[in-house]
Amino acid sequence: MTDYAIQQIVNALSAGSLYALMAVGLAMVFGILRLINFAHGDVMMVAAYLAAFCLGAGIPLEQTVVLMVIGTVVVGLLMERIAYRPIRGAPDVAMLLTSFAVGQILQNGTLLTTRLAGMPTLIAFPTPEALSGVISMGPIIVPKVNVVSFFAGIILLGLLTLFVTRTTLGLSMRAAAEDLNAAQLMGIKINRVVATAFAIAAGLAAVAGLLYAVQAGQINPYMGFTPVLKAFIAAVIGGFGSIAGAVVGGYVLGFLEVLVTALAGIADLLPQGSVPPEVRAFLAQWLPSALASYRDAVVFVVLIVVLLVRPQGIVGRRDAEDAL
Amino acid sequence: MSGWRSAAGPLAVIGAVSVLLALLEASGQAFWQGLVINMGIFIILTVSLNLTSGFTGVFSLGQIGFMALGAYISAILTLPLHQKAAYLADLPSWLAGVHLDQELGPVPVGFLAATLIAAGIVSIVAWLVGWVLMRLSGHFVAVATLGFLVIVRVILFNADAFTRGSRTFSNVTSYTNLWWTAAWALLTVYVVWRIKRSSYGRDMFAQRGDRVAAQAIGIRIMEPRLLAFVLGAAFSAVAGSLYAHFITSFSPTVFYFDLTFRVITMLVLGGMGSVSGSVIGTVLIVTLAEGLRRIEDVTLWYGLSQIILAVIFIVVITVRREGLMGQNEVPLDRLFWPETWRRRGLPSAEAASDPDPPP
Repeated sequence: MTDYAIQQIVNALSAGSLYALMAVGLAMVFGILRLINFAHGDVMMVAAYLAAFCLGAGIPLEQTVVLMVIGTVVVGLLMERIAYRPIRGAPDVAMLLTSFAVGQILQNGTLLTTRLAGMPTLIAFPTPEALSGVISMGPIIVPKVNVVSFFAGIILLGLLTLFVTRTTLGLSMRAAAEDLNAAQLMGIKINRVVATAFAIAAGLAAVAGLLYAVQAGQINPYMGFTPVLKAFIAAVIGGFGSIAGAVVGGYVLGFLEVLVTALAGIADLLPQGSVPPEVRAFLAQWLPSALASYRDAVVFVVLIVVLLVRPQGIVGRRDAEDAL
Repeated sequence: MSGWRSAAGPLAVIGAVSVLLALLEASGQAFWQGLVINMGIFIILTVSLNLTSGFTGVFSLGQIGFMALGAYISAILTLPLHQKAAYLADLPSWLAGVHLDQELGPVPVGFLAATLIAAGIVSIVAWLVGWVLMRLSGHFVAVATLGFLVIVRVILFNADAFTRGSRTFSNVTSYTNLWWTAAWALLTVYVVWRIKRSSYGRDMFAQRGDRVAAQAIGIRIMEPRLLAFVLGAAFSAVAGSLYAHFITSFSPTVFYFDLTFRVITMLVLGGMGSVSGSVIGTVLIVTLAEGLRRIEDVTLWYGLSQIILAVIFIVVITVRREGLMGQNEVPLDRLFWPETWRRRGLPSAEAASDPDPPP
């Protein structure tokens, strides 16, 4: 029982780290521009493809990570410069829809590129040796990539915290998130701050993309949609627009998902005689498949409930309510 | 304005469309007929999204979910008994005996009934969903309705007994033709156009402009929003029913984000708030998409058409955010009865000489 619980906790922490890495990027950009960047998932997808190309070409993992992060940051910066800067300050929905268009361009651009290179739509991810296999400590067995995801998340989020609290650029970024116009009046160069936010978001998404691709084992041009939705939910649960909220939300969502899946085994945990045997049999038969297949739906129901009941999220302030 | 004159515009449109459809049908050009049916279905979708989102400013991304429900409900209802036994063997008994495939002479009344039932059920669902979600605004509502779309998709994938899950739902009778599509499209355009001119429509546009100000002067907020949401959903369900009986085989993957984005592109290009703009936007995008698809087929550069449409979307929203028409309409009476319009315009000539206030 405890082994099972520990394994599930590791899974939750690993998933939570990936969600947090993605959600932080969404939250930073939203905090400054009020833009929900739905193309963020597609930036992650681009990173996974870059990693697959590099690894496929026999480049070692360390160099692959560097090349992938640089390539993805360039994509993020181009996206900001070409698509988002011209519509800065537009109505919220116009910016949201633009990010969908950007996502379409990234998805289909990748599709077109891979087609021209003669590759199929769905390709197996060339998992490097260092990330494959499992770590077993006695009876506890967890995939190595899950452990790496957890530590990568903690380390990168720690570095990010240092950046936004200890550097001038990081402080300008927080000032811009507080009040864009006031920050501009104080002489903060907004374009530089926004570009930095997009660059950091893309860099974190790149790492998340590599880890996500290793966990999934395969990549396709549309793989970014579900992660960005999850990251968005994480950010909303935590309190949208704040970095701390995104991190908290990411781990809460990770645990929530594992909890929903683990509920499937609840029939075995009920004490003997507490429920009629028919009910127990029904639960044992119906719950696992129902919860496994409806997991995404459950997560979205949670999102809608949070939006209605506590729109400022877990760590959000009351005045953040009209932020969205 | 007396009765016949106000009816003249719509009647002229119906007459003109009927003549064109008859010509198209007589020509026997299957490709063009298919393109026009496609256009008609997209016109219903764009105009109803315009009602839901363009009029009120409450942006819904869940519309294609309602379309999907409409498609599946009506397709299940019209499926003939022997098909049902073969394809949907696990259907509950109360539904397994229903087969709305009756025809009255040349008219498939069963199809009409199934479409109406689908629209009715979807209206109820939309009312329940809207009653909860229409309290939200801005980003919130867009994302919550996107959540609705995902939930519908998950349900469609998992309700195997009703939808065959991820397998293709096929053997739907091909009822949809030029006339059904045109009739429903004209009805949608007419109803939405009348709503725009009604007090409800003005309430919708008022809260789109400034919700707080509108509320402060006593304009209803929830009622018009809910009306727009439910009616938009009902017409989307009709579009779904037409689509199901046009394409005859489909799976839940169709009703997802690409389709949502396609309809939004048409709406934004035409102008949010303009009914005729939606029609124009739809015709332009459907034509362009068809042309691009042919280029894709020749060059095998799949993905190119989506890229070009997305670029067009970004250019429109950056350069001309109000779209082609803004909130304005193509003046029908000016098109069809120029002399009537000029005569009616005379008495107010002095008023018209005043400089127009900026829109």
